[in-house]
Amino acid sequence: MGDLLLIATGAALVNNFVLVRFLGLCPVLGASSRLDNALGLSLATTLVLTLSSGLTWILDYWLLIPLDLGYLRILGFILVIAGTVQATELVLRHSSTILHQRLGVYLPLITSNCAVLGVALINTGRMSSLVEALVFGLAAGLGFCLVMISFSGLRERLAAADVPLHFRGVPIALVTASLMSLAFLGFAGLSQS
Amino acid sequence: MLAGLLVLVGLSAVLGVLLTLLARRGGAGDDQDVDAVCALLPQIQCAQCGYPGCRPYAEAIVRELAPLNLCPPGGEQTTQALARLLDREVGATPTQGTFRPGTVARIDEAACIGCARCLPACPVDAIVGAPRFMHTVIAAECTGCQLCLPACPVDCISMEAQ
Repeated sequence: MGDLLLIATGAALVNNFVLVRFLGLCPVLGASSRLDNALGLSLATTLVLTLSSGLTWILDYWLLIPLDLGYLRILGFILVIAGTVQATELVLRHSSTILHQRLGVYLPLITSNCAVLGVALINTGRMSSLVEALVFGLAAGLGFCLVMISFSGLRERLAAADVPLHFRGVPIALVTASLMSLAFLGFAGLSQS
Repeated sequence: MLAGLLVLVGLSAVLGVLLTLLARRGGAGDDQDVDAVCALLPQIQCAQCGYPGCRPYAEAIVRELAPLNLCPPGGEQTTQALARLLDREVGATPTQGTFRPGTVARIDEAACIGCARCLPACPVDAIVGAPRFMHTVIAAECTGCQLCLPACPVDCISMEAQ
């Protein structure tokens, strides 16, 4: 239990995927201009992150490592992630119309989210059980949610703020993101205890 | 080398089969059914059924998630037409909600405070106005769906005969 908690805080805060590891920056900068979009995208990403983290762990430990096929990791993981995204989309479409409307448009985007592949690759050799891999994926997703939602909240405020002409749009978004990243460095102190 | 090839081919094959099965399970003829149901709905996108518009409601009907009698603008006629098309029982349940097709919204312009809250509520963009300016309704565009009534903080919108 303590181990799982450590993994979870590590993935969500201390080594936050977006602000500390700098993975999955494209959706954070690209789809964060409105809060409801950001919410949909980050929830969909969390779902896929958790599923694909577990599935790639299974692939890795049951197939690739016993057969000594480590060099196929990236290729295999991408296959599994793409399959997971497609399957999630199909299941959502048939089971929940409302959820599909909210998350549907974002799901295909997640296939190319590097945080998803990043979680799968970081899992390799670190997570000793399937539960740990799932918790790692879920926590990484929640960390992604946290950043995505707070960042889009900030951007909604910025849209109404009086920003100097040359900083408007992407430049001020990048400045904001880097300041948030600095703030998240503060969580590094958590790993000592 | 051979093992690697087999693993990749096997993985792709398994994923392909799984995805095909998942896609088949939902039924391929869905879209035509939705089109047919959607054609019977009045297409004023008033959202009184609880869905964002006529097509989402049609999708819900086809998946049997929604009853047939949720469309006040369509009224009893639409409910019966849907029941005939889908060969489903509606029983004695009347159409929910009330809708008077001959009415349009009118804004009491003296009382309007220009808050602009009724603008996003209108499904057919029949209200003209901007924040801090008086609003008015384009009577020719108004479908009488009454969705602007709850949005108004000063209750200055009323329904009138066309």
